[in-house]
Amino acid sequence: MSVTPAVPSTHASEPQRGWYKRNEIAITPWLFLAPAILFFAVYVIIPIGQSFWISFHEWDGLGEKTWVGTANYERLLGWGDQNMDRKFETSFWNNIKWLVLYLLAIPAGLFIALFLNQTVTGIRFYKSMFFFPFVISQVVVGLVFSWFYLPREGLLNAILGFFGAGPVNILGDPTLATYGIIAAGLWPQTAYCMILYLTGLNAVDPEQVEAARLDGAKGWKMLWYVILPQLKPATFIAFVVTIIGALRSFDLISVMTNGGPFGSTRVLSFYMFEESLSEFGFRMGYGAAIAVVLFFIMLGFITYFLYSMYRDEKGAR
Amino acid sequence: MHSTLKTSFAALVAAGVTATAGFADGHASLSGELNIISDMSNPAPRAVMEGLAADFDAMHPDLTVNLTIVDREAWKTQIRNALSANPPDVVNWYAANRMRPYVDAGLFMDISDVWEEEAFDALASTKGAMTLDGAQWGVPYTYYQWGVYYRKDIFDQFGLEEPTNWEEELANCQTLLDNGIKCYTIGTKFLWTAGGWFDYINSRTNGYDFHMELARGEVPWTDDRVRQTFANWRQLIDMGAFIDDHQTYSWQEALPFMVNGEAAAYLMGNFAVAAMRDGGLGDDQLDFYQFPVINPDVDYAEDAPTDTFHIASGATNVDAAKEFLRYVTSAEVQTAINAGDALGQLPVNANSSIDDDKFLEQGFDMLSNNAGGGIMQFFDRDFDAEMASVGMEGLQEFMVFPDNLDDILERLEETRQRIYN
Repeated sequence: MSVTPAVPSTHASEPQRGWYKRNEIAITPWLFLAPAILFFAVYVIIPIGQSFWISFHEWDGLGEKTWVGTANYERLLGWGDQNMDRKFETSFWNNIKWLVLYLLAIPAGLFIALFLNQTVTGIRFYKSMFFFPFVISQVVVGLVFSWFYLPREGLLNAILGFFGAGPVNILGDPTLATYGIIAAGLWPQTAYCMILYLTGLNAVDPEQVEAARLDGAKGWKMLWYVILPQLKPATFIAFVVTIIGALRSFDLISVMTNGGPFGSTRVLSFYMFEESLSEFGFRMGYGAAIAVVLFFIMLGFITYFLYSMYRDEKGAR
Repeated sequence: MHSTLKTSFAALVAAGVTATAGFADGHASLSGELNIISDMSNPAPRAVMEGLAADFDAMHPDLTVNLTIVDREAWKTQIRNALSANPPDVVNWYAANRMRPYVDAGLFMDISDVWEEEAFDALASTKGAMTLDGAQWGVPYTYYQWGVYYRKDIFDQFGLEEPTNWEEELANCQTLLDNGIKCYTIGTKFLWTAGGWFDYINSRTNGYDFHMELARGEVPWTDDRVRQTFANWRQLIDMGAFIDDHQTYSWQEALPFMVNGEAAAYLMGNFAVAAMRDGGLGDDQLDFYQFPVINPDVDYAEDAPTDTFHIASGATNVDAAKEFLRYVTSAEVQTAINAGDALGQLPVNANSSIDDDKFLEQGFDMLSNNAGGGIMQFFDRDFDAEMASVGMEGLQEFMVFPDNLDDILERLEETRQRIYN
């Protein structure tokens, strides 16, 4: 009975390992990432580059592209002796209105979530009812609200009439139409924020609440100093989805006003669609230039989001 | 060697001749597949198109007809992709300037040779609308008149007659307004309905030739004659002739005003008649008159948009496609598909007969005998696409805020200079 050595010397007897085996640690993550990188490049990165390229051309989408340099941007932004494109100006300011007012969904969602965060019979039913507008399609939301706003038959004017206020045609009035659409958009967005806060509230530490209560905190102070800090992750997500929602407000506009009256409710994404893809469009170069401007606006937010996520992860480590 | 070449050349020519002869006299020679993409997606047109494809398929035993029907609105944006990638043989589209992008891009086939055939003399009235750059690019299959559809019972109630000139028109309107009825219903949410009003008032004020010069971008929008058009239009707007809040309605949503008797008339295409009848208006309540004269020095010009078939330049079965166009435009087929129980519109072939329908008869009579100025295809088909979209938006704004006219015209003029220069 021979005794085997405690540490067998395998180095000499085994053949040289393959290239992959030697680099396994370095290669494997990239292999797993490869499908995602490939599709992300094909569907996101490369199209962004193409948009930039097309925006320097005049192109109807079919024939030859003509290089026009920065002419599209000059017309859009009014460089040189031209006036700024008025449609662009309107769309841009409407985008800003959307971004600012859409954020109202966050406090509204928080308020409803706090209100619904109690245990009474049937609370699940109430919660699902409040969540319902987020489940139905944006197109349906748009239709429902455009009926609600109808100048003669609409429910809104019936209510206003009951209080003796004159009829208003919200979607037909260029100064009010955008606000009308934003209000319609806030309905499902509030529901979304509410759900985010409801899940966030489940994670609030009851011991901290208890401790705060012993210290005499209640009401606003309790909310502001104890609950809200613990809801910070939920607030961040709510902020991100709301900003993104505001920037892709295309479907509601298309359904409710089709950009009208006289183009007063256009936003950049809708204007881009109109210029390049709609019935009278097919000015791909100009549409691409609008897309590039929109991209830079979004890039500002994206950079901020990525930075704060990076910072949080670093802090957590 | 020399003689061989000669012989084969002769054989080729002979083959060509027989092919042409066989092609001209017979259906039997057609074989393979014929792919058609149609935008006739509304229920009645859809049935017509399916019937056409089935009959044509039955007539040619060796030929398989494949029909794809696309939603009519969606087709307006899909046609580009459909024509450039794996193109079908035959597609639907619209006449006049609306063909321009596809003609310029070489996506429609030049079918001037078909138009030279004797049978096509019967289509002469629409040849102009199918001609761009001196060649023909498709065939029409239907067209319809525009005009004023009105509530005859309301007119009778207040003792009004069909107006023939602008003074009568304004007087009629005043009577209606005094009785709490709007003169016209209109829904401008999708803009084009306002284009119809501009077509009529501009062509009645300045004539067909001026209107087409404007459409081709040869006249500035700030021209005094254009301003005169808007001044005439404004007379109606200032009276309150149009329903309120029309910028919120589609043309269908504006119909109830007329059906309920809150408005007396509607400037529309003949396709609206079906909807009005569905709404419960009988033929004793509904009637039609030609848009009245404004400037007695200019002749009547009428909107009569034409819908068309085209052969894609990438078509694989050109013989069958051309035969299909001949078939669709033949007198019997034209009579059948434009009948009241089918499309309910006007046939393009002079030898076909008009269905027994008072609106079709009046419309046909008007377009044949009383449109000496010319036939317009409609604002969004005569004007350049970008000009049309900016233009119609301006027209809608004018109808709501007539005081903005200077600003609107300046904007349109800026667009015209950019597009046409």
